Amino acid sequence: MNYLIGAFKPACNISITFADGKNRKQVPLKKENGQTIMVPLFQSQENISGKISIEPVLGKKVEHNGVKIELLGQIVRELDVPGEIYERKTYPFEFSTVEMPYETYNGVNVRLRYVLKVTVSRGYGGSVVEYQDFVVRNYTPPPSINNSIKMEVGIEDCLHIEFEYNKSKYHLKDVIIGKIYFLLVRIKIKNMDLEIRRRESTGSGANTHVETETLAKFELMDGAPVRGESIPIRLFLSPYELTPTHRNINNKFSVKYYLNLVLVDEEDRRYFKQQEITIYRLQENS
Amino acid sequence: MMVDGVEDEEKWLAAGIAGLQQNAFYMHRALDSNNLRDALKYSAQMLSELRTSKLSPQKYYQLYMRAFDELRKLEMFFKEETRRGCSIIDLYELVQHAGNILPRLYLLCTVGSVYIKSKEAPAKDVLKDLVEMCRGIQHPVRGLFLRSYLSQISRDKLPDIGSEYEGDADTVNDAMEFVLQNFTEMNKLWVRMQHQGPAREKDKREKERSELRDLVGKNLHVLSQIEGVDLDMYKETVLPRVLEQVVNCKDEIAQCYLMDCIIQVFPDEYHLQTLEILLGAFPQLQPSVDIKTVLSRLMERLSNYAASSTEVLPEFLQVEAFSKLNNAIGKVIEAQADMPILGAVTLYSSLLTFTLHVHPDRLDYADQVLGACVKKLSGEGKLEDNRATKQIVALLSAPLDKYNDIVTVLKLSNYPSVMEYVDSETNKVMAMVIIQSIMKNNTQISTADKVGALFELIKGLIRDLDGAAHDQVDEDDFKEEQNSVARLIQMLQNDDTEEMFKIICTVRKHILTGGPKRLPFTVPPLVFSSLKLVRQLQGPEENPFGEEGSTTPKKVFQLLNQTIETLYGVPAPELALRLYLQCAEAANDSDLEPVAYEFFTQAYILYEEEISDSRAQVTAIHLIIGTLQRMHVFGVENRDTLTHKATGYSAKLLKKPDQCRAVYACSHLFWVDDQDNMKDGERVLLCLKRALRIANAAQQMSNATRGSTGSVTLFVEILNKYLYFFEKGNTQINAAAIQSLIELITAEMQSESNSPDPAADAFFASTLRYIQFQKQKGGAVGEKYEPIKASADNSDLTHSIERFGNWCRWLDLSNLEAMLLKICILTILVFDIFVRYLGSRCFCDHVLQVITAVKDDIN
Repeated sequence: MNYLIGAFKPACNISITFADGKNRKQVPLKKENGQTIMVPLFQSQENISGKISIEPVLGKKVEHNGVKIELLGQIVRELDVPGEIYERKTYPFEFSTVEMPYETYNGVNVRLRYVLKVTVSRGYGGSVVEYQDFVVRNYTPPPSINNSIKMEVGIEDCLHIEFEYNKSKYHLKDVIIGKIYFLLVRIKIKNMDLEIRRRESTGSGANTHVETETLAKFELMDGAPVRGESIPIRLFLSPYELTPTHRNINNKFSVKYYLNLVLVDEEDRRYFKQQEITIYRLQENS
Repeated sequence: MMVDGVEDEEKWLAAGIAGLQQNAFYMHRALDSNNLRDALKYSAQMLSELRTSKLSPQKYYQLYMRAFDELRKLEMFFKEETRRGCSIIDLYELVQHAGNILPRLYLLCTVGSVYIKSKEAPAKDVLKDLVEMCRGIQHPVRGLFLRSYLSQISRDKLPDIGSEYEGDADTVNDAMEFVLQNFTEMNKLWVRMQHQGPAREKDKREKERSELRDLVGKNLHVLSQIEGVDLDMYKETVLPRVLEQVVNCKDEIAQCYLMDCIIQVFPDEYHLQTLEILLGAFPQLQPSVDIKTVLSRLMERLSNYAASSTEVLPEFLQVEAFSKLNNAIGKVIEAQADMPILGAVTLYSSLLTFTLHVHPDRLDYADQVLGACVKKLSGEGKLEDNRATKQIVALLSAPLDKYNDIVTVLKLSNYPSVMEYVDSETNKVMAMVIIQSIMKNNTQISTADKVGALFELIKGLIRDLDGAAHDQVDEDDFKEEQNSVARLIQMLQNDDTEEMFKIICTVRKHILTGGPKRLPFTVPPLVFSSLKLVRQLQGPEENPFGEEGSTTPKKVFQLLNQTIETLYGVPAPELALRLYLQCAEAANDSDLEPVAYEFFTQAYILYEEEISDSRAQVTAIHLIIGTLQRMHVFGVENRDTLTHKATGYSAKLLKKPDQCRAVYACSHLFWVDDQDNMKDGERVLLCLKRALRIANAAQQMSNATRGSTGSVTLFVEILNKYLYFFEKGNTQINAAAIQSLIELITAEMQSESNSPDPAADAFFASTLRYIQFQKQKGGAVGEKYEPIKASADNSDLTHSIERFGNWCRWLDLSNLEAMLLKICILTILVFDIFVRYLGSRCFCDHVLQVITAVKDDIN
């Protein structure tokens, strides 16, 4: 757990341990440098408590102007008044019922992180700082209203289909069940795919930046159907790295998901229809 | 272009197999190390090879079979995996993560198989899911193979009754539903193949389709194997559902194949009990479907079923199989207005076969079929189609084959009407079939009505139909046909003379329409048949006080006279003459002098007016003499007239030898052995003398024209006549006359101008030997012969042997026939000589010489 950052030859080692560190669920978190580490998982309204240990290197004393812990962007706790630390010293900390309405999010252009920062302030030689990431996930109960998506689309005298997805809101391990019904087929269709696309928009107004990724490409049909055929859809979401839908988080960014039904004809022309779906995180029972 | 295509295909297949094997290799490695993740990954990649569109169905099948084998291994692995604690439900989900649908579905089916076996879910649910998910493959070939795979892995896992996967009350229904659905989907895909791709490749496509048809048909087979599908279920659900699909697909190839499939895979008794439903589908099929073949197969099956056991026959009656089939065929023919006549005829032919098998006792059924056929044919006119006429022949032959009895067949009132519609050629063929049947079965046709009907039936042989050109008819065939008719006429027989007379009248009426070409064939048997009747009338049962109008020999003869007269027009005077003579002889036996005289008169008139060919005259005169000789009915006056005429004719023949022979033959007219009032020795002698004069004249004529006198044969022949009458006790012929004749002959033979004739020599020698023999007999005969000196001396013999030797050399033939001929003649001669000159040394030397010569020849 110990992790040193920033200090060339730090005067002391800072370690952060969580109160229920042994039992708390750990989840992988991809860091900026591409490494994946395991970090503890929290959700909103939880107490974040633990201990900070400061251990001077090789018996040196550490003079400091105070020790504090911050839950970045939010809360600061003073752990110690200015003084000197001669030997290992441990400070308990606790942030009770922290409001963390937003989930940790690791996007293309935007990251939403939760970090604990411990600072040992020193007059000279620079402060010693230690960070600890943790992940926040917030669970949503099943929506009370979850209509199916049903739609008839087509190109006049060319292709008419009716498709149906059983819900408009899916949790992360959900299965999309549905069917495509061919009302009119006058083109030679080669195949049909269902794509899951993620649209991440950052910034606002003129500076809005949109990034779209295709997370899943799932073949639904092979070959050319005729009028009256009905093709089943069954797409398990679990294999894909999805996050819940985020709408306008702190006026900074949004993450939206779409189901894109794509028909490809023999000349590789694509006919598609995109429908937004909402992804939410359902409390796992484990 | 084609070749390139094939080569390319080989290449693609090879590439596909290579890709498949490579991934299979990695898959095996993953299986060996129990690495589920990799196993799934590589198996999906392996199955991706099946996504190709480049292979023809046949090549695709090769690829599929390889994948199939690999999937078996994978299935085993899945099974072990579940035993190791991996949840089958998870596995079932896991394989569905594959992004490509075709590998995904193959894997799903494979896991599904394990899933059913695990019994963690009811078989019906898994099967239902699988068959539904397979809809994702809409490509015909890939879809057909995938569903075929599904069918394959599910065959032993259907929730059938008695199966370990049996479910709740509706279990059979579930099993059936599953198979039906898979069948329906497969058929749709199969039919769809027809409509995809360019029109110019239609033939290729149809060929490919027929290669795939068994994949579809297999489902019907599976259906038929489901234990729980009993007759009720078959009737209520299976058949209607299958038929619905067959009818609705509106595809010719599919309909034709599937109908046949239904007929072949389900049991006979099911067909019998569901005839109405099954048959109801036929009129709804596409007009181009070869219904006749399919329906014929059905009827064939049912016929065989009926034939298999008599116990099933009541079933046929109970379901009124015949009327149902009859109706259905009617409807099909009605619905398919442009069905070629061949089709209709084939159908009727099959139906007829069916009813003959199933209801042999119901002639009315058979007649009904024929009637329907007539109705259909009546709209068509004469048949032009070769195959259709063949079918008609089959149709018409069927009752004959069944009953082996034309009499029964004649009861079919529509039978002749069908014959009306075939061309004259076929009519003939059919007529021949009928006659052969009668011959084979020795059928008795014993009433005039039946005979009339029969002749109406075979009129193609009896007369020219629709003025068919005769030049095209093969002469041999024609003879063969007419000979058959002749044989048929001989077969007609009834012991009741009244009826027989009627039969004869009927036959006569018919054959007289035959025209000059046929009469020579048909009149003689009729005449002889009538003569047979005449003889019957003379039999002991004859009622001498026959009523007015009853049949009498006289009436028959009148008829005969009129019949033979028809030959004038042919013209066939020689034949007519022979027949007249026959009739005369019969009249003779009936003691009807005027009739006999009339016949003779007719014969004479013919001879005088019609027979001009000299050879024919010779034959005719001998016939006349022969017949006349046997006549005993004539009074002296009539007889004199006739014999006088005959002798006159004889003397007027063209060639002298003919004259001679006819004249000496006439001698017999004056000498009838068993009738004392007809022994006029004087006139016999007159005849013989006249013959001798003619023979002499012939010799001289020959001498004058050729320089040699020709043969002595005539003299020898006359000598034999002399001997005959001599022996018979004609006092006008005495030993002296014979002696002088012998001497005359001997002189002739030795004369310079005589040309050698070994046959005549031998004949003479034999005659002499006969005399010798009679002499040696002793007694009265010996005494009678005693005065005749008839022995030849040894010098004669030597002479004749030398002559024989020369003759042999003169022939000098080297082929085998000639050799045999030589040996035969030699043997006769040697034997002859041997008998006469037994023990003569000189003779033995001669014989040895000749034998040596022959031996040399042979070598």
